[in-house]
Order: sequence, then C-alpha cells, then structure tokens
Amino acid sequence: MALFNLNINGKTQEIDVDPNTPMLWVLRDHLKLVGTKYGCGIAQCGACTVHLGNNAVRSCQLPVSSIGEEKVTTIEGLSENGDHPVQKAWLEVDVPQCGYCQAGQIMTAAALLEKNPNPSDSEIETAMNGNICRCGTYIRIKKAVKMAAGAAANS
Amino acid sequence: MTLIKTKIGRRAFIKNTSLASGGLVLGFSFLNSCKPEQAKEMAVREMPKEWFEMNSYLKIGDNGLVTIYTPNPEFGQNIRTSMPMLVAEELDVDWNNVLVEQAPYHEEKYGFQFTGGSRGISARWQPLRMAGATAKHMLKEAAAQTWQVPVAEITAEAGVLRHAATKKSAGYGEMASVAATLDVPEEVPLKEVKDFKLINNSQKNVDAKSIVTGVPLFGMDIQKKGMLIAMIEHPPAFGMTLKSVDGAAAKAMPGIKDVVTIKSFKDGYEKGGFDTNAFPELVAIVGNSTWEVMQAKKKLKVEWQPISAYTETIAGFRGKETRNVPAGLESTTAHKSKMEALAAKPGKMVRKDGNPDAAFKKAAKILERSYSAPFLAHNNMEPLNAFAHVEGDKVKIAAPIQIPSLIVPTLASSLGIPKENIEMDLPRMGGGFGRKAYAHFVVEAALISQKVNAPIKLVYSREDDMTNGIYRPAYQATYRAAFDENNNLTALHVKAGGVPESPLFANRFPAGAIDNYMAEEWVVDSNITIGAFRAPRSNFMAGAEQAFLDEVAEAMGKDPIQFRLDLLKRAKENPVGEENDYDAERYAGVLELVREKSAWKENDATRHRGVSAYFCHNSYAAHVLDLKMENDKPVVEKVCCAIDCGVVVNPDAAINMAEGAITDGVGNAFFGELTFEDGVPQKNNFHQYQMIRMKEAPKEIDVHFVQNEIDPTGMGEPPFPPIFGAVANALYKATGQRHYEQPFVKEKKVVG
Ligand code: FES
Ligand code: FES
Repeated sequence: MALFNLNINGKTQEIDVDPNTPMLWVLRDHLKLVGTKYGCGIAQCGACTVHLGNNAVRSCQLPVSSIGEEKVTTIEGLSENGDHPVQKAWLEVDVPQCGYCQAGQIMTAAALLEKNPNPSDSEIETAMNGNICRCGTYIRIKKAVKMAAGAAANS
Repeated sequence: MTLIKTKIGRRAFIKNTSLASGGLVLGFSFLNSCKPEQAKEMAVREMPKEWFEMNSYLKIGDNGLVTIYTPNPEFGQNIRTSMPMLVAEELDVDWNNVLVEQAPYHEEKYGFQFTGGSRGISARWQPLRMAGATAKHMLKEAAAQTWQVPVAEITAEAGVLRHAATKKSAGYGEMASVAATLDVPEEVPLKEVKDFKLINNSQKNVDAKSIVTGVPLFGMDIQKKGMLIAMIEHPPAFGMTLKSVDGAAAKAMPGIKDVVTIKSFKDGYEKGGFDTNAFPELVAIVGNSTWEVMQAKKKLKVEWQPISAYTETIAGFRGKETRNVPAGLESTTAHKSKMEALAAKPGKMVRKDGNPDAAFKKAAKILERSYSAPFLAHNNMEPLNAFAHVEGDKVKIAAPIQIPSLIVPTLASSLGIPKENIEMDLPRMGGGFGRKAYAHFVVEAALISQKVNAPIKLVYSREDDMTNGIYRPAYQATYRAAFDENNNLTALHVKAGGVPESPLFANRFPAGAIDNYMAEEWVVDSNITIGAFRAPRSNFMAGAEQAFLDEVAEAMGKDPIQFRLDLLKRAKENPVGEENDYDAERYAGVLELVREKSAWKENDATRHRGVSAYFCHNSYAAHVLDLKMENDKPVVEKVCCAIDCGVVVNPDAAINMAEGAITDGVGNAFFGELTFEDGVPQKNNFHQYQMIRMKEAPKEIDVHFVQNEIDPTGMGEPPFPPIFGAVANALYKATGQRHYEQPFVKEKKVVG
C-alpha cells in the first residue's frame, strides 16, 4: 500500500492503494467514478480510456504509481454539464446502443480533436481503431466526430 | 377505432397499492438511488409534490409530469425509449413531460420481462398501449365527474383535458388524484395507425445524456454500502470440473476476505432451458476491490478432474428435452471430422415435398455445396456480473440479465429461499446478444453472498467471460440443387447440423417454392455449452442458403434478385406444402425495395455487389452490399438495407439497430471464430479474438423500411442473418472465388 495524491477532474484525491493498481480500478472501486469502463484489462478495447494530460490513455494499463502530478480527466470530468462539443455531437447523432463502450469512444474522440481539430476520415479511423463497439455504432461515431470537429471549427 | 378488452391484461394493470408487495417500486431500487441525468433535467421543471398511480406502468404527478415504468430490461435496442413511447402515445401526453424508470422484476405487475428473440415491442405492443389508453380514459372519467358532463364529450390532448361546450380544461396533473381512485375500464379504444403522433416519429434515446456523461447505469457500475467484490475460477477446459482447492495462499493476499466453493444446482434439480451451465462447481474469491481479487486469484491452487458423461432432462420452452453430455476434452479438428462424417450420411428427415430422390436421379446437372461456420463467443463489452445480497431468507439482486423470471426458480432452489423473497432490479446491460439470457452468474453471486454473508458484486474478467461461454454453435450445411436439361431448377436438398444443435429451419424459404424439396438434420453431441446468439440458427442458415441461391441463380443464368422473386412468386401463387412459415409477398417486398433503393442493375460491372434476403423473428430483411478489395483486404463500401418489421415505433433507433446488426454481421462473417483444443477455448481476450473495428466497418449504411400498418414484428435480429450471405456473394464478385467457410478473412488475408 502507498499513499497517492492524484489530480482527477480538477480535484486532488488522496488514496491508499497498492502502487501497481491500474488507474481503471482506482477510479472505479476507490473513487466510485464508474463512468470509465472495464472491457478487457489489456489495452485492447478502449472502454477504459481517460485523458492523462491531453492524451487519451488506456487506464487499465496505467499503474497508479506512474501518474505523478499529471492531470487525469475521466468522462465525468470532460465537461461541467455534459456539453463538451463531442458529447453534444453524440447526443445530436444519438450514437449509443448499449452505451457501454461510449465513454471510452468519447474520451478518445475528444483527445483526437484536441490535437487535430479537423481530422480526415482515415485519421478518425486510425485514432478510433483501438475502441471496440460490440453493438456496431461505428458509422454514428464517425459522424459524431465529424460533427464535433465542424462545431468546434465554427465556434 | 379498435376496441380492446382489457380483461386479459387487467392483472397487469393492478395498482401497487392493492398488492401485498406494493412497496416494491419505491423500495429497494438501485436505479432509484442513482437517478440518471434525465431526472436531473426534469428537476428543473420541478418534480411534483405528489404522484398518483394509474396502473403498474405509470403514475402522474400533480403537476402533469408522467413517470412510465418500462418493463423489459434494456440491452441496447433502445426499448427504454420505444416502450414508454407506446404508453405515451395512447395517454396523449407531451413526450417532454415523460420520465422513464426501469421497472424491477415483478411478474404480476409487468408480465414476462423478457428481452430477446426480437419480441420486446411485438409482445408489448398491445399491453403498453392499453396501459396508456386506460389511464387516459380514467382521466377523462375524472374530468367528467368533476365537471358533471358526459365523458364522451371530453377530449384529451398533450396532457390536457377539455370540454368544448363549457370551455372547461384541466391538466392531467389536476385530475390525477380523482382518476387514480377510479376503476380500470373494461374496454378502451386504441388509436388507428394513421392517428399516431409519437409512434413512427423518431425520439432521442432517453438515456443518451446519462451515457455520454458517465452516469452509473450498468450492472457493472453497481456500488453498495459494504459491498465486496467476488470473482470466480472455473475449470480451464470444457469437460472438466472441480476436484479440490487450496485457497490459503490466495486468502493471505491483501484485501482478501474469503475463498469459497459453490455448487450452482441442488442435486436432482430439474433445469430449465436457460439454466445452461458448463461449470456448476466453482471456486470463488472475495475481497475488497477488483484488482486485489484479480491478484489473489493467481495464487489459487486448484485441482480439476474430468467430468463423466451424463444425460439430463431440461424443461425448455418446447417441453421436456433430453440432452446427452459426453465426457472428454473436445477439439475443433475432431468436431470437423465428426461433422463431415455425419454430413455424408442420411440425416433425420424433417420435411419432404414431391419426389426429390427421383428428381436428383433424373437431373441433367447437380450443384452441391457445403458451408460451415465456427463457434462464436458473444463478447459483450460489459463482461458478466451480478450484485447479490442474501440476508437470512431475503435476497436482493441487481443484475444485467435478459430474462429475470427464468432464473428465479433456480435461485430459490439453490439458495433454499422462497421465490417470494427474491427482489431483483434490472440495470442496463452493456450488450446481451443472447448471452445474458443464461443467468447462471446471478445464482453464483447469490450463493457467494450467502456463503460469505455480505453484499457482493460478482465480476467476470474478460477472460472468464470469453472462456466460460454459452457459445453460438459450430454449424455445417450441405445444399444440393437439381437442374433439368433446360437448366430449370427441379429439386432442392438441404442437410444441416451442428455441435451440438442443428440450425435447420425446414419450413423456411425456399421450401414452398420448389416442387421437390427435402430437409434433413443431424447433431454432434458435445460438452461445450451453446445457446442463443443474435438470431440463433438463422445467423448461420441465412448465409449458407443465400450464398447457395446465388450460385443456383448464376448456374441458371438469372439475375439473383429476379431469381429469388420468381421463386417467391411461385410460393405465393401456388405454394408447395402447408407448413411454410413465411409470407412470400412481404419477403418479395423487401427484395423489391432494396432493388429500387440500391439502384440495382443486372450484370452491373461497375461494382462488386452481393444481395441477400431472409425471414426470421416474423420480419423480413434484404441487403445489397458493395465491396472492394484493397491490399488483399475486403472493404465494405456500402450496404443498402430494406426491412419489413411492420409499424416502426422509433425509426432512427431502428436504423441504429439495423446499422449495428449489419456491422456485427460483417464483423462475424470476416473474423468471428472460436476454436477449441482439448476442451480449452483457444482465445481468451481481444488480442486473440478479432472483433470488427472502425477501419473494417461498412463505410456507409442506408436503411429503408417497408411502410405498412402491420403490428410490429422483430427488429433486433432480422437484419443480422442475411448480411452473411450478402458478404459471401459480394466477395465472390470481388475475388472471383466463392467462400464457403466462415470466417472469410483469415490471418488478415481473404481465403480464396
Ligand atoms: S479495459 Fe482497458 S482497453 Fe479494454
Ligand atoms: S454501444 Fe454497445 S458496445 Fe458500443
């Protein structure tokens, strides 16, 4: 066990866990932030995607001891009122089916647009390829990413 | 107007207050304790001071807000929106004033809460509209009594009651307290299709905001005070069972509370059709957090032993069935040789029309082709999980499951607790696809809770989920067609089987369209557990049949769509046999619609297109799929789809589901495969099991519905099966080679 001070969604959180504990389980079990999902545990599905600084990372493969001062943002902290352009586009396109993968999809998409505000189709495909959607909402995800890019460009 | 007697359904409209267990809706409820985003937004419009219950499906607040209890569990088909739409349509309430709550499991109030078989909307089509219509009638009655005018003169629209002659009006909220005291009427009028305002008008997913903001909704998200985490260790191979466990090292790990063994069935318990369970005896490890339990699990020392062969009787939907479960450790190669051996012998004749033997003997030409597909794992994104708290003789469950009522008898028996003492909440499922119809994991969770005497959440790791599967079986089908010297189709023969289930539907098209027809089946027994997977059996037969028909059309020099339409014309005008289970006209309807919408041209040399159509779950679906090869890999450029599922309740959501079914089908046709060696599933996570990803998904999907006034039929499954045929037929056009063996893409290269 070890004490960690983590900066999560703009708040400092102190937790006492095994240093090897992946951020995914720190978020879900210890901080009760269950928006970040468990899908595979081996960085293959993207359900657990969070932002570390400005990067989309798979929290299931991110030991809590590796975070340091870096800011962690989860789906719960992506925006104050659920009005991040990516979230708004997701609602407009009505993307989700079961919804389980969608927090991870949104976090990946938001990080992509942060770096590349106007991605091409193939750039979207490459960035989103690590996120599995078992329900097959890929067409809508792509549409929503483009819509969010357009909305950001116009604002 | 259609007058519907409410008698049959009256029990369903029973009010909570008149039930002994009436407090349930307001009692233990996970979904109440973490109210989704929707409720928060409602709060802006203010929650009412008092609610008045009209029936078990709805209550009306004194300010006109309406809460609709949606009965069936949600797994992504968006029934939490479309089912309340049915109630709201007949209630004539403003959709913006509707709050949706998930009903808990309660058979008496909510009937058969079954999510699966594409039956949700069709089964609820009448009862839910009646729930709305009876409540509206009671509100009108209340207004009539209050205003002392005849009830027939009261109108209701968008939550407002009016009496034109006296110019009186009142909101539903004002009349709700009186209405709730009235009797449920014996008869209520239901609207005609042409009068629908909400139905057939796209409404947004009521849970979308909660989903995109990470609100806890899923079984996996459940957190309760004092809750521990449990995981299981199951045998490493099918055909094995628990011998002994040494849990000392695991128990000594940090955060671990206990290591226990459980037995899922009482000796002699007669299983139901959904009690499928390869590993009824398990080791469970219980601790404070998921990660700690995962680490401790590695320290378990377990000895396994082979099972003995047994025969069991299952009380399934279709009566009692006997299942033979052999001993031994099975492998895919051995399955294949057994399947080939059985396919080469006569099978069990299920249907025979005319004289197919003579027709084949006389044939100028015979075309024979065999198709196969492997086991598939469901791979829901949310692994199996269940919350259970057994306290003395009381049981509280909250679990993402498709058929709550069917696991209750097993729970009661295994726990030794009466059925009446089991309460169950139905959180959202992160995918189901058939897997969550088999709720053994709920029994496991409850037994663990009982043993450790604490509330627990059982969590399957991805590996547990993939290797303790209730898989889509491996199948094979051989088709033969006989042609005369003029190249006319004179006979058709299908022989199909699988491990351990036959996929055959003997009475489906093209049965009924061909004079000489026969259908046979066979089965290879297995100890690998199998079960429903999106459109069971159809998900293989459609691909085989539609690929074969494509080859038959080609052999006859006919356009594949016209060829199918010709057969359907025959089936409609002069059907062979009486058992045909499809409507030839509706079948032809989707083919005609897809031909038009895809701008289909005969011998179109500009692109590689495949067509396919199928009937299942009382609905019809046809696809035209365009594919091209890029660096040896198939790319699906576009799928045009036509569906006849009767009245479409929520069109955009139905389109979403069709897009999903198509993408799912393309993925499984290309990559889906689980093999076994010595009983061990050869894949246990997504680094090995290839799932379709955005790069491989169709670039464009264009969905069309046949417009009619037929009561809704299935939607979640029907677009899935035919996609396999469309992929196979388009691949042939793109590569010049027919594809008979799924998955079609192996080691990133198309098998030619
Ligand atoms: S759970 Fe982390 S990538 Fe799948
Ligand atoms: S919406 Fe179900 S997994 Fe993506």
